[in-house]
Amino acid sequence: MAEITCREALNQALAEEMERDPRVFILGEDVGLYEGSFKVTRGLLARFGEKRVVDTPIAEAGIVGLACGAAMVGLRPVPELMTVNFAIVALDQIMNHVAKVRYMFGGQVEVPLVIRAPGGGGNQLGAQHSHSLEPLFMHCPGLRVVAPSVPADAKGLLKSAIRCRDPVIFLEHEGLYGVKGEVPEGEHLVQLGQADIKRPGRDVTLIAVSRMVYVCLEAAEMLAGRGIAAEVVDLRCLNPLDMATVIASVRRTHRAVTVEESWLTGGWGGEVAVRIMEAAFDELDAPVLRVGGADVPMPYNHELEKAAIPDAEAVCRRVEELF
Amino acid sequence: MTEPKEAGLPEREELFTLYRDMVRIRLFEEACPRLYSQGKIGGFLHLYSGQEAVGVGVAHALRQDDYMIGAYREHGLLLARGSRPHEVMAELFGRQTGCSHGKGGSMHLFDVDRRFMGGYGIVGGHLPLAVGIGYSILYQEGDQVVVCLFGDGATNQGVFHEAMNMAALYHVPVVFVCENNGYGIGTSVRRASAVEELYKKSCAYQTPGVKVDGMNVLTVLQAVSEAVVRAREGGGPTYIEALTYRFRGHSISDPGTYRSEQERRLWKERDPIPRLAALMTTQGLATQEELAAVDAEEKALLAEAIHFAEESPDPPREELWQDIYAEPWPAVILPEKGTIPHG
Ligand SMILES: Cc1ncc(C[n+]2csc(CCOP(=O)(O)OP(=O)(O)O)c2C)c(N)n1
Repeated sequence: MAEITCREALNQALAEEMERDPRVFILGEDVGLYEGSFKVTRGLLARFGEKRVVDTPIAEAGIVGLACGAAMVGLRPVPELMTVNFAIVALDQIMNHVAKVRYMFGGQVEVPLVIRAPGGGGNQLGAQHSHSLEPLFMHCPGLRVVAPSVPADAKGLLKSAIRCRDPVIFLEHEGLYGVKGEVPEGEHLVQLGQADIKRPGRDVTLIAVSRMVYVCLEAAEMLAGRGIAAEVVDLRCLNPLDMATVIASVRRTHRAVTVEESWLTGGWGGEVAVRIMEAAFDELDAPVLRVGGADVPMPYNHELEKAAIPDAEAVCRRVEELF
Repeated sequence: MTEPKEAGLPEREELFTLYRDMVRIRLFEEACPRLYSQGKIGGFLHLYSGQEAVGVGVAHALRQDDYMIGAYREHGLLLARGSRPHEVMAELFGRQTGCSHGKGGSMHLFDVDRRFMGGYGIVGGHLPLAVGIGYSILYQEGDQVVVCLFGDGATNQGVFHEAMNMAALYHVPVVFVCENNGYGIGTSVRRASAVEELYKKSCAYQTPGVKVDGMNVLTVLQAVSEAVVRAREGGGPTYIEALTYRFRGHSISDPGTYRSEQERRLWKERDPIPRLAALMTTQGLATQEELAAVDAEEKALLAEAIHFAEESPDPPREELWQDIYAEPWPAVILPEKGTIPHG
C-alpha cells in the first residue's frame, strides 16, 4: 500500500470520481488556476478543464445555492468552501435549501452534492477562521456530516460521499492535510456511517472525530502508562451516527468520554453521551464525561489558543475522574 | 461616474505628513515577514505594501471623531489613522499590550480611541456594520462620517449589495472605499466580477460612483474629502473605487506567482511613495535630505515599536475567559459544581 497524505488522498478521490462520473464537477474560490488554498484540487483544472473545475467569485451563498440547483437537475457538484467558517455565510443555502428540498417537496427531487470545507484551530488564525462547527450541521436533518481523520478514510469517505444521493458536508481538518498514512490501491470506498475503532482497549471508550482522534490516541498512550487501557472510537460520520459501534464498545469498557474540538456547549459530545445513557445506562460504571473546545471565540495569542483546544492531558484528566 | 476635481496641492506641512504616514506603513509592513519567519508573528498576515496611498488618503480626509472600518489587510489603516505602531505590532505579537489585547491578531485590529472600528476576516462581512454605524450617527443627529474599506473581492458577496442598498435607502453618511488591487487571492477581478469597472456597481443603488488613482495619495485624499463633505452635509453615501496594487502576494504564504513580472514592474513604477517624494522635490517643497530625515525618524520609531512588542507580556491564562460577556458572572446562572469541565 502506498503512503500518501490526506491532501493527496482527497485529491485522488476527486480525480477518480470525476473520471468515473461525468456529472461530477468542482466549484469554489481559487480551486482552479490557484489549485485550491490548501492545494487539494491540484492538477484538476489541467486535467478536467474549466467546465468541470470552476473558479467562482467570493460568494459562498451563491456557490452553495448554485450547486444545489445543479444537483436538483442531475449534476453532482462538489463545492469547496475555503474554510468552514465561511460556510456560515452560506448557512441559509445549506440549511434552508440544500437540507430541506427533498423533504419539502415530498421526495420528488434529490440534492446529491458534497460541500467540502476545511476547518479547525491551532494555527493562530483568530476567531473568524478557527472554529469546528460539526454540531451545527449535525443539528440539521437532511444533511450527512462526515469528518475523516486518516488518509485512507479521507479517500474512501469522500468517494462514498460523492456517490451518495443525499447532500453531504465533508469536514476536513486543516491540521491533517499533511498527515501521511497507507491508502489501499485501486477502488477504495468507506461506507458512510460506520465508525472505526482506531485503538482497542478494555477500560474506557474515547469517542472522537477528525483531529481529536489523534489527541485521543496520544491520551490512550499516556493512559496505558498509568495502567488504563483506552479504546479509541473514530466516529468518522456524525450523521449517520454509528451508535451500534459506540454502544458495543461501552458494553466492553463500561466507561466513556467524548472528545470534540467544537464548543462544548451544544456540541456533539452531549448528543452522543445522552444516547449512550439512553441505550446502555446499566452498562455504565460512571457517568459519561465530555471534553470539548473552550466556549470562547478563538483567541489569537498562541498560548491562549492552546488552552482553548483540548489536548491529551485534558482527556487524561477527564478519564481519571471515571475511576 | 464622477471624476474627482483636479487635486490642488496641499500645504507643505500636510504633504510631509502624508509622506511620513506612507513611509511608516511601508517600513512596518516590510518588517513583518522577517518577524513572521522568526516566529514572533503567527497566523495569517496580509500586507499592505503598495496600497498606502489609499489608507493614508482616506485617513487624512477625516476628522478625529469620524469612523473607519476595514477588512483583514488593515495594519496600514490603523497607522494612517494615528494608532501607534507599538500597539499594532504588539497585537501582531499576540501581546497583552496589543490594540486588541492579543486576542485579535493581524486580521482583527481595533482602536476605540481613534474610532477605528475593526479589521474583519469574513470577506464583505463588515459592510453592513458600517451602515449601522452610519445609522447610529443619523439617529443621534451627529455629523460624523464612516469610511468603510474593502477589497474588490468583497463586491461579489451578497452582503455588499445588501449594504449598498440599505445605505442608499437610509441615506447614511458612509463612504465606501473599494481598494481594487486587481485580485482576490489568486483570482483576478476579470475572472471574478461580471462588471470589471467596479465603481459602476453603485449604479444599481443610485449612489455616486467615483473612480480614482489609488497610487496617488492626493487624488485619493481629494475624492474622499469630497465624499466626506457630501455625507456630512446629509448627501448620503458615496462609493469610491481606488485602483491600486499589492506589491506582495495575498498573504505571507502566497508567493503571488499568478501575476506576471511585467505587471508587477508596471505597478512598481507607480509606487505612491517615490511618486509623492518626486512631486515634493520637483515643486521645491522638500529636499532629498529632508525626506531622508523622515525615513530615518520612522525607522527609529519602528525599532521602538518592535522593542515595545518584544518586551510586552503575553496575556495571562485567565484572559481566555475574559471579554466573552459584558455582564459580570453573578448575573449568569451557573450550573451545579463539577459540571463545568473548563475554567
Ligand atoms: C466570506 C469569506 N470567504 C472567503 C474568504 C477567504 N479569503 C480571504 S481574503 C480573500 C480574498 C479577498 O479579496 P479582496 O476582497 O479583493 O481583498 P484583498 O485581499 O485583495 O485586499 C479570500 C477569498 C474569507 N476570508 N471570507
